[in-house]
Amino acid sequence: MTATTTKDTQRTSESPEQHAEHAGRSVSAGVFNPKQLWSSLPDALRKLNPRHQLKNPVMFVVWVGSVLVTVFAISDASVFSIATALWLWFTVLFANLAEAVAEGRGKAQAESLRRTKKETVARRLGANGLEERVPGIDLKIGDLVVVEAGEVIPGDGDVVEGIATVDESAITGESAPVIRESGGDRSAVTGGTTVLSDRIVVKITTKPGESFVDRMIALVEGASRQKTPNEIALTILLSVLTIIFLLAVVALQPMADYSGKQQSVIVLTALLVCLIPTTIGALLSAIGIAGMDRLVQRNVLAMSGRAVEAAGDVDTLLLDKTGTITFGNRRATEFVPVGSSTVDDLAAAARLSSLADGTPEGRSIVELCVERHGLAVEAGANELAGEFVPFTAQTRMSGIDLNGRQVRKGAASSVRAWVVEHGGVVPDEVNTVVDGISQDGGTPLVVAELSEGVASVRGVIRLSDVVKPGMRERFDELRAMGIKTVMITGDNPLTAKAIAEEAGVDDFLAEAKPEDKMALIRKEQEGGKLVAMTGDGTNDAPALAQADVGVAMNTGTSAAKEAGNMVDLDSNPTKLIEIVEIGKQLLITRGALTTFSIANDLAKYFAILPAMFVAIYPGLGKLNIMHLHSPNTAILSAVIFNALVIVALIPLALRGVRYRPSSAKALLRRNLLIYGLGGVIVPFAGIWLIDLVIRLIPGIG
Amino acid sequence: MIVVKSIVKQTWAGLRVLLALTVLLGVLYPLAVWGVSRIPGLHNQAEGSVVNENGQPVGSSLIGVDPVAADPDHDPWFHNRPQAVTADPKDSNNPLPPGDPSVSGASNKAADNPDLVKAVQARQDAIAKREGVSNDKVPADAVTASGSGLDPAISPAYAELQVPRVVRVTGLPEAKVRQLVADHTSGRGAGVLGEPTVNVLELNLAVRAAGGHA
Amino acid sequence: MSDTGAGFVQLGILLVALAVVYRPLGDYMARVFTSKKHLKVERVLYRVVRVNPDSEQRWTTYAAGVLGFSFVSVVVLYLLQRLQSVLPFNFGRGTLDPATSFNTAVSFVTNTNWQSYVPETVMGHTVQMAGLTVQNFVSAAVGLAVAVALVRGFVRAKTDRLGNVWVDIVRGAVRILLPIAFLFAIVLIAFGTVMSLTKGVDVTGPDGVQHTIALAPVASQESIKELGTNGGGILNANSAHPFENPNSWTNLIEIFLILVIPVSLTRTFGTMVGNKRQGTALLAVMGILWAGMLTLIWWAEAHPNGPAALLAGAGMEGKETRFGIPSTALFANSTTGTSTGAVNGAHDSLSGLGGGGALLNMLFSEITPGGVGTGLYSILVFAIIAVFLAGLMVGRTPEYLGKKLGRREITTASIAILAMPTLVLIGSGVALMMKDTAGALGNSGAHGLSEVLYAFASTSNNNGSAFGGITVTSNFFQSTLGVCMLLGRFIPIIAVLCLAGSLASQKRVPESAGTLPTTGPQFVTMLAGTVLLVAALTFVPALALGPIAEALA
Repeated sequence: MTATTTKDTQRTSESPEQHAEHAGRSVSAGVFNPKQLWSSLPDALRKLNPRHQLKNPVMFVVWVGSVLVTVFAISDASVFSIATALWLWFTVLFANLAEAVAEGRGKAQAESLRRTKKETVARRLGANGLEERVPGIDLKIGDLVVVEAGEVIPGDGDVVEGIATVDESAITGESAPVIRESGGDRSAVTGGTTVLSDRIVVKITTKPGESFVDRMIALVEGASRQKTPNEIALTILLSVLTIIFLLAVVALQPMADYSGKQQSVIVLTALLVCLIPTTIGALLSAIGIAGMDRLVQRNVLAMSGRAVEAAGDVDTLLLDKTGTITFGNRRATEFVPVGSSTVDDLAAAARLSSLADGTPEGRSIVELCVERHGLAVEAGANELAGEFVPFTAQTRMSGIDLNGRQVRKGAASSVRAWVVEHGGVVPDEVNTVVDGISQDGGTPLVVAELSEGVASVRGVIRLSDVVKPGMRERFDELRAMGIKTVMITGDNPLTAKAIAEEAGVDDFLAEAKPEDKMALIRKEQEGGKLVAMTGDGTNDAPALAQADVGVAMNTGTSAAKEAGNMVDLDSNPTKLIEIVEIGKQLLITRGALTTFSIANDLAKYFAILPAMFVAIYPGLGKLNIMHLHSPNTAILSAVIFNALVIVALIPLALRGVRYRPSSAKALLRRNLLIYGLGGVIVPFAGIWLIDLVIRLIPGIG
Repeated sequence: MIVVKSIVKQTWAGLRVLLALTVLLGVLYPLAVWGVSRIPGLHNQAEGSVVNENGQPVGSSLIGVDPVAADPDHDPWFHNRPQAVTADPKDSNNPLPPGDPSVSGASNKAADNPDLVKAVQARQDAIAKREGVSNDKVPADAVTASGSGLDPAISPAYAELQVPRVVRVTGLPEAKVRQLVADHTSGRGAGVLGEPTVNVLELNLAVRAAGGHA
Repeated sequence: MSDTGAGFVQLGILLVALAVVYRPLGDYMARVFTSKKHLKVERVLYRVVRVNPDSEQRWTTYAAGVLGFSFVSVVVLYLLQRLQSVLPFNFGRGTLDPATSFNTAVSFVTNTNWQSYVPETVMGHTVQMAGLTVQNFVSAAVGLAVAVALVRGFVRAKTDRLGNVWVDIVRGAVRILLPIAFLFAIVLIAFGTVMSLTKGVDVTGPDGVQHTIALAPVASQESIKELGTNGGGILNANSAHPFENPNSWTNLIEIFLILVIPVSLTRTFGTMVGNKRQGTALLAVMGILWAGMLTLIWWAEAHPNGPAALLAGAGMEGKETRFGIPSTALFANSTTGTSTGAVNGAHDSLSGLGGGGALLNMLFSEITPGGVGTGLYSILVFAIIAVFLAGLMVGRTPEYLGKKLGRREITTASIAILAMPTLVLIGSGVALMMKDTAGALGNSGAHGLSEVLYAFASTSNNNGSAFGGITVTSNFFQSTLGVCMLLGRFIPIIAVLCLAGSLASQKRVPESAGTLPTTGPQFVTMLAGTVLLVAALTFVPALALGPIAEALA
């Protein structure tokens, strides 16, 4: 058990370093393997079903256009008409492919989750206290089940009796076992995980089929995926653009007729497909799925796409001090000797008193002695003979008795009382030092010694909260992004203020009770802000539910997990910052590809319009600035470019565009330049190149 | 139902507001402007800047009406620009028909309109012949119809083109005619607004007053 | 001084004049629409018409008010024309036919002022004053009211009230339009514009030929015609007519009047939302596009293109000598950029590119700087679309002026933007399919197509200017163009009011470093680009067969 706790601590203390490494880097995301394109092909073909296409207005228009052109191509077969029909179908297919690839990545994950969902037999406790064996799927909410070492927990629930180590690797991918015990904030267990030791009684809290694993499977598979508000708004805008282009093309026929030559349906359809925003239309759902997927890869489960979007919008982050901003424990950072004692005297005494002290504070004192004063880590043979005096709530001191020498360290008042009791005098200097340390946000531990009948104070150890490295830079970045950080701590305001300043957060909430957290969230939301927070306890549940983005720790209670809209399987509170970045990246990817898609149209006009009308008005030939070979190759090149660009952008849609935390202004400048200007230029080059190739096709004209 | 009721209620209110505003804006306002325009100094303009000769109204200084010469071979008038509304583009015999101020309007023909090309050509030929010059000497405003068809002015270039003929027909000394043209040439407003113009009606009256026999 | 040089100085004078009044007029208009006090004349008026000026309305009631008011306006104006034969000051001009009456009623109520009649021969002074002049005022006032309601949507939070439609219309007409119109009517008379209640004056020309010169109460209508971005001439040649626009001075004054309210409204907007730079940003977009289009039209007119212009030596067909090319280009650009539609020359005779520029100005949805009120609300709708796209690119659910742009906002903004292209494209397409259309055109080939396109663009954008060669007196054109004017006006208005209601009900999101800044060059470029792109993508195919084909021929 102890081993597990240590491991847990190490894990939390490891991730910040990884984090610091991440800080200032762009958010990268899952790998994209070109092989996925091939393996997703069957799915993509299946999606050619018109009922599926109806969900996406832009691609539905392409689908209808493809059918239309195919009919005309069959009745009036030529190299040009058949090639156009073919490439229109490719356009639809590539869009399906994008979606299929995005979904495929989730499917693999769901597959492994499903394996954990094998049939379990539950040992249900009857009202009479007797056990009966029932299939796991027959459990109802409120049932009590017994699980012993080696058995699989049959459903989601809370431990109501006992304590056990549980292997949750099936869900979290983390091999280290975790502790689950009744009462408190570590009572939630997940169906499908395995109890490694001891025996617990679990009260089932979800119906079969709605368990956490079930929801996870649905989420990663995208089965329960609903369009998010922003996606809906964007779809409306894209539909409107599609309607406009549809009208423009439909109205073009009478105009062309008036001008002297009707256009073929094939050419008009080609023009329409090239103009409507097929690029973003094809990639929109893939972007959404991939966004969720990026979270999954960071071991975060978002209960809805809406939550991911909200994460991008967050204005205020509520961060728990402990574990997020600072290391979990206070550490000794300084020795302040008083009276006639030297630093070395103090260090020696402090080390001695802490040798047998297994608490993190105690260990940190020894570590400081080793680092700064070159003292030995391990106790010497003579030192081992000493008798350890453990910390108790009554004495509020700990220490060692060794060869008649007594060393104590503890809270100032207790140690002072102990010194006076043993006839010693406490100099005023001690009070000054103690107050000073308190004011700086540290915790003073006074060290005193009784040797040869004389009790005296050696000095004071400063215990400080140590801010994780890289946090200040992180908060600076967040500030540049327009996000306010608020540190939540149970410390007194004085201590809280000092740490807040050191960490560089914008604000803090000291002596925070759950109600205070709630009030703070309400206040921020009242001002129109979106709030994100992490939490794990049952008493965090209301605040998690109130927050716009509530990330529950997987180690937390099921109430907390139920209340939040995301669950972090790693239970790493620092991840909140990454979640925000992923949310932003999702929105940026959508905006960038929309801009790119619309900007593409300019070049397509220059390709297709002269091709269509040069026969009527030779003067319009001057618009053929790319010097495309012939009207047919010009139109076909535009269609081919339009289809290929979808495939080319699938990796970008899945990975998300590069995101570097910076101000809105800088982000916009960069993205406008790349996707706006790039969107104007790229198709000119692309269409020109394709034309160079396809003019070689015999019979193309 | 509530929606319909609201629309009906608002429509009735709208009618009442409209009627009240009609009294204010449709009756009182124009009458007030009209009333002010009766003030001396405004009155003449308000009634059309009519030019009188011997107490008889001969036209408005703002309205160009191309005068008709009794004998086309002895044409004493400075001529206005062609009027599109009265011209019949198919009647190539008379590319420069007499002016008519009762209707205003433009030809509304595009520069690539064959009828317009023909009309411009015919006018150019006729004017070149009338003034005894080659076609390329005829300025643009002489051969194009104005937007209103009532353009009271011609460009100084067109006036200049007509001076020799007017001198010849009227018998006035050339210097005198040039002087009159200069007198009736207005520069740009404030030196920068619009274009320099020659007011044709006033110029013709001045030529006649100077003794040029019609 | 050269033509071009003088043109530039004239342009400078215009811009300085606009700059001088920008602040005072803009701030004054903001006060008009935020003040709690009613003028005495207004209080009397409210009492007479029995409306409570201190109650506020939801967007639906506000919209019902606008629609109801416009509906009765159409009915009253229709009846006035149909009953002309019994009205005073008709000078024997009889009753107008139903198609023309309908088209004209719709045209003036929608602030379009498209004219399918010859005013000096068919319209008597009573209809002109009590009917058309009134609509010149109130249609502009309706535009102002809708714009102000939308601005209130941004300013207000968590309310379903947008203001009182009657108060907004009355204040716009009485406090803003009336005093300026009155002042400039007098100024115009001083410079030569006529203001007569007689039918005309009989003259005997120096050549002895008798003529009748038509007169009308021009000045009172001329000033509001320009100020309210209406544009309907009281004489057929409109502002090319010497009685409407006698000289280069009145020409500049009229251009100033056309631009002054739409331009100053950006200041009103900035003042009302509490950030003047927001208004400046919109003005910059309007100004850049206006300047760009002026350059295009001016250049095109100064460089004759097409055989007739080349033969004549200059593109003077349809232009007045006293204005010349720079002043005509400036007027054409201002009138088509503002939904005014008054013309001081024949747009149909502009060069391919010049006429195409005038056409494109309208196809921008009239935002350079747009009509009174309509320009502001149209550009705000574009801003919402631009911010939505740009907002995504900075990684936040887009917000503009503290309001989130979600499904409802995008839907309403899309409808507002979609109405015009739909009408123009379908209208032109259908018209070109009619076999009678070719005969109704004044020009053939590419320019003929431009005439049709221009007619539907002008009516759907409530501009009212025309490529006048097209004959639109057939029932088909009278009715379709009438419908275009109605839908082109009221679909966006309803959508905009719905948008305003949606915005007003939201809370205000505070600005942060993560918020997309909606001031400064970057946003200005984005917004101008969005306007250009939407218009270009929608209309380039049609324009290619019209003005572009003509220009490249």
